Amino acid sequence: MTATGTASAAPAPVLKRRSPYPGWFFLPAAIIYGVLFLLPTVASLYFSLTRWTLFNSTFIGLDNFAQFLREPFLIKGLINTILYAVITSGLKVVLGLLLAVLLTSQVAARGYLRSVVFFPVLVSTVGVGITFTVLMHPTNGMINEGLALLGIKGPGWLVDPNLALYSVALVDVWKGVGLATVIYIAGIVAIPKDYYEAARIDGATKLQNFFEITLPLCRPATSTVIILSFIGGLRTFDLIWAMTRGGPGFASDTVASVIYKQYQAGFYGLSTAGNVVLFVLVAALVIPLTMLLNRKQGHE
Amino acid sequence: MTMTTRRTALAGLSAAMLAMTALTGGAFAQSINLTYLIPSGADGVAVAEEIVKSFEAANPDINIDIETRPGGSEGDNMIKTRLATGTMADVFRYNSGSLFQAINPAQFLVDLTNEPWQADVQASFKQVVTAPDGTIRGAPMGAAMGGGIYYNKAIYEELGLSVPTTWAEFMANNQKIKDAGKVAVIQTYGDTWTSQLFVLADYYNVSAKDANFANNYTANEAKFATDPAALRGFEKLQEVFDAGYLNEDFGAAKYDDGIRMVSAGEGAHYPMLTFATTAIAATYPENLANVGFFAQPGDDAALNGLTVWMPDGIYIPTTTSNLDAAKKFVAFVASVEGCEAQTRAGGASGPYLINGCTLPDDVPPAVSDMLPYFAEGGQNGPALEFLSPIKGPALEQITVEVGSGIRPAADGAALYDEDVRKQAQQLGLPGW
Repeated sequence: MTATGTASAAPAPVLKRRSPYPGWFFLPAAIIYGVLFLLPTVASLYFSLTRWTLFNSTFIGLDNFAQFLREPFLIKGLINTILYAVITSGLKVVLGLLLAVLLTSQVAARGYLRSVVFFPVLVSTVGVGITFTVLMHPTNGMINEGLALLGIKGPGWLVDPNLALYSVALVDVWKGVGLATVIYIAGIVAIPKDYYEAARIDGATKLQNFFEITLPLCRPATSTVIILSFIGGLRTFDLIWAMTRGGPGFASDTVASVIYKQYQAGFYGLSTAGNVVLFVLVAALVIPLTMLLNRKQGHE
Repeated sequence: MTMTTRRTALAGLSAAMLAMTALTGGAFAQSINLTYLIPSGADGVAVAEEIVKSFEAANPDINIDIETRPGGSEGDNMIKTRLATGTMADVFRYNSGSLFQAINPAQFLVDLTNEPWQADVQASFKQVVTAPDGTIRGAPMGAAMGGGIYYNKAIYEELGLSVPTTWAEFMANNQKIKDAGKVAVIQTYGDTWTSQLFVLADYYNVSAKDANFANNYTANEAKFATDPAALRGFEKLQEVFDAGYLNEDFGAAKYDDGIRMVSAGEGAHYPMLTFATTAIAATYPENLANVGFFAQPGDDAALNGLTVWMPDGIYIPTTTSNLDAAKKFVAFVASVEGCEAQTRAGGASGPYLINGCTLPDDVPPAVSDMLPYFAEGGQNGPALEFLSPIKGPALEQITVEVGSGIRPAADGAALYDEDVRKQAQQLGLPGW
């Protein structure tokens, strides 16, 4: 903009500022971006305003949004989504940090333990979901059979409406904590050893080391873990779908599973509207959160 | 899968042989290739293969390749996509009734009203494959099913029970079974679709009291929550849970567990569609003689009758390039030879809707129990989803909630009425 503004007054500097690549050089990238990203975005905004059966679409204005926001399960889905995101990202931060502290200390078989913690990240989410569904079966599941040996009657992990969402969240933490740990390990390893040596001379205890040095100096890692796992939690779908399909009833529905069910039912316009709502929701929660975390970091 | 590759290999081989005979001067007719799309699933594929085999034997110049697709709503989306993009197989098998209405039959399917074999198709089936413009667009594929309750005959004998014709008798039986320390009612909410039976199979009882319910329901004038007869289905679901008749793992058990339990006597009653007879015959043949069936009882013994599900239809999309051959195949399926091929492959699971088709004498008890409802003087009527184009997609979740005590029956019915509204609006029905 400024370049064209000064162009008429002084042509010479413009020549210097001109990009070394000719305009058509950007064309392939622009076409790919336009076809794969811009076009679908615009199309989905349009279709979210229609009643769309795949065969034909009728423009109905904002009716889809009104209907979607009227969905009786949507409010529950919204609360569940936020609850799920908070629980999973909170646990991942705490457990990831503790595991990272353990795995950067001088434990035996450190490399092996690190790979064990990271392993669940690599496994397919749907596979994990199916495995845990079997393990969490109320009567024949290995978890409740193990509890029965101890004389405890295990709960219906996935069939108790008050418990299902939390059971899935725990599995999500088990699966995702490895990534948080790796990010924390990188953060902890980057802390200069001098701080710990100075603390040792001052006679600091291990707890003091942790709270006064490791924790504050890991803040970049913490904000990365929080933001990544929070976004992941907000748009969570595959694990919930593999384990409970939003059930029993609607007890573990999240916004994403409500949207998927509308697709399944053939309400294409309605579910596209739901996707727009989810997009706005994620943006509205994550942008302020990112700004908050980054601002604090700036003050340090 | 290997079957289909073998079939293509065979097709290639026969094409090569045809070419050779052509070279040697023979005057063979041009061979035609058709594709036939069916839902995956072992018994369905076996039936399709048997039908294709018999058809090809009678029509050596036509070769049919079977394609499979996923079932459920994933399959629904695939059918819609292939129709909308003009890539549908030459012949395909799909639901009749409300799902049939959702694929725009008048736009995408070939009109079969004037085919000669339509004379032998029963009228009850014709109405569930009739497009809004009054033309018939499909032929029946499979047998009629009943929605009702499977029961274990050994338990009935042991406890001296008799088949109930009213809901009160049914509940009394349940109490006796529970007192004997057995599971009275099997529910398998791990597969949510199985939770709907008590509501859907109760429709005969609804229509027995109000023959106009389906029309009023479609016109937005009758509701599940406000019509006492319709509400009964939800109440029955709740009553069975409240009385503690269910198996302990009802929330996690699946359909496969259900058919195992009822056939092995791990439970006495299992509400289900009678297509499960084929699955029991395939998986637990030694227990097949132990399984009986009765219609879901209503409040009045005199009005006892069976809610009937129509079989799938087979259809020809307008995009086919082999219309004559496709019509020949559909005509074969809708013939007595077609029924016989189905029985050979999958056993008999219920009455066919083609005049002249008969069932073998040695049908399993669950099938013979069903036949009196179809015989002269017997009472049966189609399920609501064949009389009205609207069926709410969230019914299975709502029935899980009502059937596990999460939500009371009246609440569940009201929620379902709300769910139905979306479907009606999507279809553009008047009055919504």
